[in-house]
Formats: sequence, structure tokens, C-alpha cells
Amino acid sequence: MHDPSTFSRRVFIRQGVMLASFAASLPHFIQESAMGMLAPEGNALGSRPGVPDERILVVVQLSGGNDGLNAVIPYGDAEYHNARPGLALGEPGKAKNGGAALELDKDRGIGLHPNLTGLKELHDQGKLCVVAGVGYPNPNRSHFASMDIWQCGRPEGKGTGWLGRYVDAACNGSPAADMAVSVGRTAPLALMGVQSKPVAFESADLFRWLGADAGGAMDAEYQRMARAGQLAGVEAGSQESFLMRTALDAQVTSDRIRAAVKKQPLVPYPGSALAKQLQTVAAMIRDGMKTRVYYVSMGGFDTHANQPGSHGNLMRQLGDALLAFQKDLAAQGNDGRVVTMCFSEFGRRVRQNASNGTDHGTAGPVFVLGPAVQPGLRGTYPSLTDLDGGDLKFTTDFRGVYQELLGKWMRAPTDAVLGGTYDAPGLIRG
Amino acid sequence: MTPRRPAPPADLAPLAAARFDAAAARHLLSRAGFGGTPAQVDALAAMGLDRAVDLVVRYGDQPAKPVSPDDFDRDLIPPLTREEREQLQRARRERDEATVERLERKENQTKAEDRRQLQSMREWWIARMIETARPLEEKMTLFWHGHFATGARTIEDSWLMFQQNQLFRTHATGNFATLALHVIRDPAMIKYLDNDDSRRGRPNENLARELLELFVLGEGSGYTEQDIKEGARALTGYTVEGEEFTFREANHDGGPKTILGQRGNWNGDDLVRIALGRVACSRFICGKLYRYFVNDVPEGDLPPDHAAARAAFIDAMAAELRANQYELAPVLGKLFRSAHFHDASNRASVIKGPAQLVVQTVRQLGTPPRQLSSLTAACELMGQDLFQPPNVKGWDGGRSWINTSTLFVRQNVAIYLLTGKRPGMYDWENDSARFDADALVAGGGAGVGAGANAGNDPSPEALVDRLLAVTLATSAHPSRREELVRFASQQTSPGARADRTLSTLALITALPEYQLA
Repeated sequence: MHDPSTFSRRVFIRQGVMLASFAASLPHFIQESAMGMLAPEGNALGSRPGVPDERILVVVQLSGGNDGLNAVIPYGDAEYHNARPGLALGEPGKAKNGGAALELDKDRGIGLHPNLTGLKELHDQGKLCVVAGVGYPNPNRSHFASMDIWQCGRPEGKGTGWLGRYVDAACNGSPAADMAVSVGRTAPLALMGVQSKPVAFESADLFRWLGADAGGAMDAEYQRMARAGQLAGVEAGSQESFLMRTALDAQVTSDRIRAAVKKQPLVPYPGSALAKQLQTVAAMIRDGMKTRVYYVSMGGFDTHANQPGSHGNLMRQLGDALLAFQKDLAAQGNDGRVVTMCFSEFGRRVRQNASNGTDHGTAGPVFVLGPAVQPGLRGTYPSLTDLDGGDLKFTTDFRGVYQELLGKWMRAPTDAVLGGTYDAPGLIRG
Repeated sequence: MTPRRPAPPADLAPLAAARFDAAAARHLLSRAGFGGTPAQVDALAAMGLDRAVDLVVRYGDQPAKPVSPDDFDRDLIPPLTREEREQLQRARRERDEATVERLERKENQTKAEDRRQLQSMREWWIARMIETARPLEEKMTLFWHGHFATGARTIEDSWLMFQQNQLFRTHATGNFATLALHVIRDPAMIKYLDNDDSRRGRPNENLARELLELFVLGEGSGYTEQDIKEGARALTGYTVEGEEFTFREANHDGGPKTILGQRGNWNGDDLVRIALGRVACSRFICGKLYRYFVNDVPEGDLPPDHAAARAAFIDAMAAELRANQYELAPVLGKLFRSAHFHDASNRASVIKGPAQLVVQTVRQLGTPPRQLSSLTAACELMGQDLFQPPNVKGWDGGRSWINTSTLFVRQNVAIYLLTGKRPGMYDWENDSARFDADALVAGGGAGVGAGANAGNDPSPEALVDRLLAVTLATSAHPSRREELVRFASQQTSPGARADRTLSTLALITALPEYQLA
């Protein structure tokens, strides 16, 4: 008599009916998590349909072309000192041009910029992986074109973004509103899929209707109307239905994010813009948001003239912000499920220019952070003498980095997203 | 459950003249243009259907600010010459740092100047959309920009983007075949799709591929990879010299080719002509025009009888386009006259694009235009960076405009236009010009709601009805009206009472329904 499958089927139908009747007034992703609760127990890790686990990828974009040679310094190479008389930094312990590299790989004679003390600390804890010489064939030296190439994950630099395609594929065509979040002025191309569009905001406080700020007692009325969702009598599939549901999604996402960032962080953060963005990301992770991909960026790397001071400041801000972020995640107990990747659209020319700066170049280092990384320097540091028109020849294809992050870390199929298979630089443990 | 609307007529039959009322005139002005004030709506309604549509479509008699090739600077700072580029390469090889630096500085300066000019072009275009007496001209120019999408960042020459923009304006409602022949000679397009790199023996397929896939036939319409290869050969030699189109006979592959089953010594013009001979071309163009002007609800979300009526209507448009040898104005005229276009199911059925949203708010509500740079910045935040479509496919439009982030920006740009206050920390300029919302209520222009007897101090009901009627594309949901009436009647303190109209209007622009045209 007691047939468990009949029972569960009846429960499903009953709950299904309940859900259907509420569906019209619920935001998309609340509905989906309600559906998720009905999933069989064996699938408990999957908190939402199409989300296999809770791993998170954070991308930090360095805009303007970070000088890789002075960030990850080949201090042991005479050509480095030769080509950059006014810029080359000294080997560990021997300051030159105002600084001495921090040891990264003694055997290979490679160190970190003296101001990257934050990354050095993470390196010493085995939480930093540096991939040397990352680039792509036929390098483009235009900021925009090269950034498009990195963001698309395709050498032609056109079409959707690599992370947008990942979200599309991971969510089976119906991505939740907050699968990908960008903290920045505009949503990056990297997060644009066919279906999936990221949540993007510059500051959480702006991610809302600002009408009430202009005066008047409108906020309560606005909230009532925005939260009404799909009104009775509105046809399913109509434009009104779509817009009313998206407005409710937006309101709920906004509430969630603004509530998340209100809490004081567990560790102090420095005052830089990047640190603020990462603090916001850490707050959202701490709050248990289901977001799988976060994207932040930092500008100012186009150091054509008088580079040492400005690049030094950027290195300080970068290292300190990333260190605070990692410490915050560790304090939350979330660091094990977060990997952070940091890239720039290109490196800079080997030889310094006449203004004590550097011009647009090609390959550069990628930093990958977190307890899950394979620590140390990975890949082959490009030769400083075997050059292509004065520029480094890349040694690791950037799509290999993406492939490992998406495949090995996020456990997603990568062929369709990246259009092929590339050599894995070995940046994730295990 | 409300009964489902009946499907609209499936042919181009015109609306009965008597049914062209103020609401129909508003619909016409909102779709064929960027909306208008109640007074403009009334004037259009009084003209009757035929004259009203002619006024909108045959806009040649309407005044227009002339566009001169000198409106923008052609030789801002001349880009590096071929000699200079060679010199730069040599200097890099020889490690002549002083020369490398001098030339790169020049190049960077040029690019910065060019980006500044591009920004002034964006503002110029938005201003034109706001001011024009020929709204369809600008609306079709925007349509062609999205159709023959070209990105300014790739070609790095704002003047060529300006030339292309003017090409689209000149042929906005002209002949599609003529426009397509101009497009394969357009320097911006040639550079964007690398045809300047295409020559006999090593053709570049980019332009031929996009021509068949995105510009004239549409994906999956029966052409093959071989057609693209042969088409690319036909387009060899269509290149750019300086900033002008040139045909280089020496680089052209004059040999025989088979394109879409036809064999001959075809050139690029032949490729366009052969593709346009296909019925698929007229259907493809009319399908896009339909989604832009009539209804962009995805096919899958339409009831089957509505989907069938849409397909039949697009076929009828396509037949009309072919019968008129690809002249666009006659087809647009029939479209805007048709009972199908005016059907209730095609009201509030198109999602306003970002430029449309901004321009329509200014034109329809009569707000000050505020800072143009803020409007173009808002368009970018909403996903429509003018002169920089996301890729060669252009903007997808419709529901792709809307997500949780863009929806807030859409609401907040309306607040900015209404109040001039820079919302929060957006990078927009404060603007002190005052917007008189009460003029919308007190002003003339009957025929749109209960404004006639509204007087100077209308009841909350009259106020709300009037504002909804001049703002939304279709009648508001009863519960919305109820909410707003309650809100308006609660504004009783002296300060709140003075702001009652403006704050009620601000709430209406924040409704999801406000995103619909």
C-alpha cells in the first residue's frame, strides 16, 4: 500500500500547484530555489537547478596594460637591467632604482614588485600562483581591441564574453538574475552571454530607484508597485508580464545586495577603489548570495611616462587589496571556495622609453589566488632576447588559463565556451 | 482570466479612417518617431489617417537642420602616414627610442582627439533626435546603424563613422538596394569588416559572410559556405584609399564565380544584386522592420494565431517591398496605415531602446533635455553606446534591453530628466532647468484622458488619469490607477501638494509599463 514514489509524486503535485499559483508574483530566482528544494536528496549540494556546486570565481581586471616585467621581475636576467636602466628593480636585498624585488622563485631569478607585499604574504602561505607569459597569437596593441580579445576569450575579439557563455551553459538557458555580478560602472563584455546578463552596479547604494532622493514621499508607493510582480489579468508571455517580473527581480536583488554590504567586514580594508570593490564582493559572498562569478576592475596601468612612482602605487594598492580580500574570505570560512584571477589586456615593451616609462607590449603575468591554487610560478618566463619586434613572445595561451578556471575549478565543460582545448598551465591543485 | 485578445488582421488592409483617433495618433507618433506632446498628438489626429501617415513617412517637406560634411573635422590630427608607420616599425627594431616615443605620442594624441570628437557626435545625434521635425528619418538612421552595425573603436576614425551615419540618414527611407550598394563602398564598413585587406588570391571573407548572414539574407536562409567564399572573391578590390572608397582593379578577382546558383564574372555589386533577388532578403528586412516598429514579443511567447498573423503580415510587407523594387517608403506607409499596426494587440508591444526612452521622455513629457553628455552616458549604461554596437550583429533589441541593472538606470534617467537632479553618484551633471509638470495637466490637448475638465486643481482621479494617458502606451492596469490615486490624494501638506504632479509623474515613469512604446 505504501508506495513512496506515489507519495512523493503527490507531494510534488501539491507543491507544484502551490508554486504555480504563486509563480506569477515571485521573482525568477526565488521560484527556482523553491523548485530546487523539491529536488531528490542525493542532489542536495545543487542548491539550484544547473548549479553543480558553490565554487566562486572572482576576476580582477587591470586596465591600461600592466607592466608585467616590473610586476613579476626577472631580476636574474642581465637583459632586464640592460633594457631598463631607469626602471629595473634590484634583486632581493639589493635595492636599485628605489626598490628590490621580493623573492618569488629563487632558482629562476624571478621576484615580485617590492610593493606587492600583500601578494608576497599570500605566496608564503601557498595561496598565490603566478602564470608567466600569458598572451595570444598576433597580439593587438590597442587597449580596446586587446581587452575585447581577453573578455571574449577569442582571438578575433568579437561576440559574447567567455564568462557569459559559461553562465549560459551552466544554467541551461535560464540564468538566474544574480549568477554574475560586476562591481563597476558598466557591465563588462566578459559577462555578456546570449541569455545571461550580469547584475552591474558601481556602488550598491546606486543599485536601486533613486526617485525618492529627489524629494517627495514616493518611496513607499514605489516599493509597493515594484514588488507587485505580475498583476492579475496580465497575460503570461506578454511584455508587461516580462517587465513586471524583471522589476520584481531587480527589487529583490537590490534589497539583497544592499543588505549584504551594510555589514562591517571582518578585517580592515585599505582605502583604494579596488579594495572597496573587493570588500563589496566579500560581503556578498559572506551573505550567502548564489553568485558564481564576480568581476571588479582597476585602471591606471597605462604608464607611458615616469613610471616608477605611479606603477609603484598601483602595485601597492593591488597587493594590499587582494591580501585584505583573502584575509576576509578566510575569516568568513569562505576562502576554500573562492579563486581569484587577476589579468591585464597586455604587458609592456621590454625596453623602456625615453620618458622613463614603457609602451604597449604583449604577454604578461596572470595572478591566481586562493588556497585551491597550485602555488608558485607556473609556465615559462618569456625570453627577453628572443623578441617579436621588441615584445615578448607569449608562452601560455590565455585560453588555457580560462580552461582550467572553468573546467578544473568551476567543474564546467569548456570546449563549447572556449572553442577548443588548450594546454593547462596547472594553476589549480589536485 | 481575461479573455485572450483576438489575433490582429493578417494583411496590409488599412485601418478604417474613422478609427484613427487620438490614441491611434499617439501610437503612430511613438512608433514612427519618438512620441510627442498632447498638442502634437491632437494635431496629428485631426489630419486623418492618410495625411498623418504621409506627414510622418514623406517627411521630405519638413524642415531639417542640414548636415554638412564639415560638421565634424575630417583631419582632426592626421593619423600616421604609411611612411610614419614604417618609420615606427624600423625605429622599434633598431631600438631608436626617441623616434618610437615621438610617433607613439602622436598616435595616442590622435586617438584621444578622435574619442573626443566621437563623443561630440553622440551628443549631436541625440540632440538631433530630440529636435527633428522628421522623427522617422532619425529613427530609421538608428535602425540602419544597428542593422549595418559598425564599431567606432575598431576603425578608430570618427569622421568615417560620421560619414556612415549621414549615409544612413540620406537613405533612411529610400531604396534598400541602393543603400546596400553604398554600404559595400562605405569606408567605415570596409575597415570594420577587413575588406581593405581582401585581394585576389587571398580574399577576406568577413564582409561577404556578414552581408549574407546579417545584412541582406539572414542566417539559415539557404546560402552556403561556398557562396560566402565566392562572394568574398567578388568583393576583392573594394577598398579604402585614405578616407575614400576606391575600387582597385588590380586587386579584384575578375574570374568566374557561382553565387547562389548563378554563374558569371561577378563583382561586389553583382553579389548584392543576386542576394537581393532572393525572396528571403525582403522577408529578412521586413521581419526586422516589424520587430522595430510593430511588436518585439518573442515568437515563442505569442499565441499561435497571433504568430500566424505576424508571419502573414511580414510576408505581405515583403511582397510589397519586392513590388516596389526595394523602395522603403511605400512599405512603411502601408505598415503605418494598416489595421494590423493599429490593432490593440500591437499597442505597448515594443520595448523602448535606450535612445528611444531618453528622447521620448523629453519629447512626450516636454522635459528640458538636460546635459547631452549625461544622456549619452545613460544610453551607454542602458546598453546602447551610440557608434559602438556590441558586435557586427548590432543590438538585439526587445527584451535584451532589460535586466535588473538596466531597469534601475532606465528609471533613474527619467528622474534625472524630470528633476534635473543627478541621482546618487552617477556621473551625470546636475541641471537646474525647471520642468513644469503641471503644464502637462493644465495644457490643451484633449482626447487623451480626463484632462479636459481637470482645470487648475484637478481631483486626484483626474490628475492620475491625465498623467497616465499622456505617459503610458496603453491604458493602465486598474490596480496601478488605484495605487496612484491613493498616493495623489495623500499629498495634502502644502509642500507635498505643490509637488504632487511631479511626484505622481515620477512614479509613473518608474512603472515597468513605462518601458513600453
